[in-house]
Amino acid sequence: MREVAVIGIGITKFGELWDKSFRQLIAEAGSKAIFDAGIEGKDIDALYIGSMSSGRFIGQEHVGALVADAAGFSHLHIPATRIEGACASGGLAVRQGYLSIASGVNDIVVVGGIEKMNDVAGASATETLATAADQEWEAFFGATFPGLYAMIATRHMHDYGTTKEQLAQVAVKNHANGAKNPYAQYKFEVTVEQVMAAVPVAHPLGLLDCSPVSDGAAAIVLCAMDKAKEFTDKPVKIIASGQASDTLPLHGRRDITTLDATVHAAKMAYKQANVTPKDIDVAEVHDCFTIAEICAIEDLGFVEKGKGGKAVEENITTLDGEIPVNTSGGLKAKGHPVGATGVAQIIEIVEQLRGEADKRQVEDARIGLAHNVGGSGATCVIHILEAI
Amino acid sequence: MMKESVARFWREIPQRYNIIGNKCTVCGRVFFPPRESCPYCRRKSLGKMQKIQLSGKGKIVTYTIIHSATEDFEDQVPYPIAIVELDEGPRITAQIVDCKPEDVKIDMRVESTFRKIRQDGSTGAIYYGYKFRPMR
Repeated sequence: MREVAVIGIGITKFGELWDKSFRQLIAEAGSKAIFDAGIEGKDIDALYIGSMSSGRFIGQEHVGALVADAAGFSHLHIPATRIEGACASGGLAVRQGYLSIASGVNDIVVVGGIEKMNDVAGASATETLATAADQEWEAFFGATFPGLYAMIATRHMHDYGTTKEQLAQVAVKNHANGAKNPYAQYKFEVTVEQVMAAVPVAHPLGLLDCSPVSDGAAAIVLCAMDKAKEFTDKPVKIIASGQASDTLPLHGRRDITTLDATVHAAKMAYKQANVTPKDIDVAEVHDCFTIAEICAIEDLGFVEKGKGGKAVEENITTLDGEIPVNTSGGLKAKGHPVGATGVAQIIEIVEQLRGEADKRQVEDARIGLAHNVGGSGATCVIHILEAI
Repeated sequence: MMKESVARFWREIPQRYNIIGNKCTVCGRVFFPPRESCPYCRRKSLGKMQKIQLSGKGKIVTYTIIHSATEDFEDQVPYPIAIVELDEGPRITAQIVDCKPEDVKIDMRVESTFRKIRQDGSTGAIYYGYKFRPMR
């Protein structure tokens, strides 16, 4: 396999972007990434686009070609493919781009991720997010997407004594980080009291335990490592890509509070990178809900199973903690335009490893991990990156 | 909501009305909803999956109380929903009824009951299926 590097990154602001369309968002992120990499359209061998549900959010499928067209590449006839895996669509697109270079088929690819979620009413967005769950055996009976994570939280509290305060502390930490991120949807801090007092969504989760409905796009340029130096002095190498699946409905899982897809994708990635969880200096994990971050740091091996709540309470995952998690603000505060999320996570890690994360910079960060989950844990994709 | 064919619902009626699962006669594992083959016995189980009526009795593994629902369920909030482990083994997601939401607890014994799940507006199809209630 050939080695692969990230040589360019580009991201839009995340949020309720009423004045920006799907096309404008992806064109903005894509052109920023292309400028950052110093490449031109003719250099691009392929495009991979992560989008969970453009069909339901904007009534438009076939967005691979649409993105190539919107970017002004229609005359170049670049192969353009859309990748879907619910909220992991972006991470899966990164992996497809990575594999296409590692295999020797392509030299330079652009990977984009996008979701335009605010062009439909809030209830429709909730309904579309629920399509990540099992329609016939979960959603049909009234289970919502937050409801599934709430059931993980109820059981985690029962098995390990995790508290609602500990869940709230995840949101507090991620908002504190988001406040330092110019692209974040929520650039303000919150207190434990505010999170605990927020309107209930699905007990024990309240509104501030949930990531928001967001518009946004992110793009990266991937390049074969042996060519990367032609374009940049600071290539960031992808040293591992892991992916795993599990049962679609939550009720089919071996253990309600463990995302086995995360465990297996992590095992695959750590093995390929030849690192252990202790070697990770900074991580972006899939905190679609506060409980999801607690499960993630356990399932990734940063802390022992059941100790996630305690770890958050002890500030192990804050910006100056032992293992800083979600320095970008995470899905919680940065925002969660679902298809864009997996790509945006890579961007945060690249900024950290280049030493360009400004007020969010983790000192001496050399190895970073991005963890992207689809649905309640049926899909997981993990990338590990290293500064060269 | 997009208009759905009625067939999409009626083909699941045996499962949703009567909790019909199936059993791998090679290893004895029970599944709900029924599977085409046993994930453990794989090709050995082909043609050897047998339909069975599940008891509808079990215990709550975990639960939540939904306060913010999709449009189809908005008129029912707040409602408890749980993962129930049936006595035969399979786990199933369903609403818990005939008790106060705050009375729902992990390990509580429950039994299935046939109920209306939702309807497509005032002129559309009415969907029925299982919910669970505290064991009497």
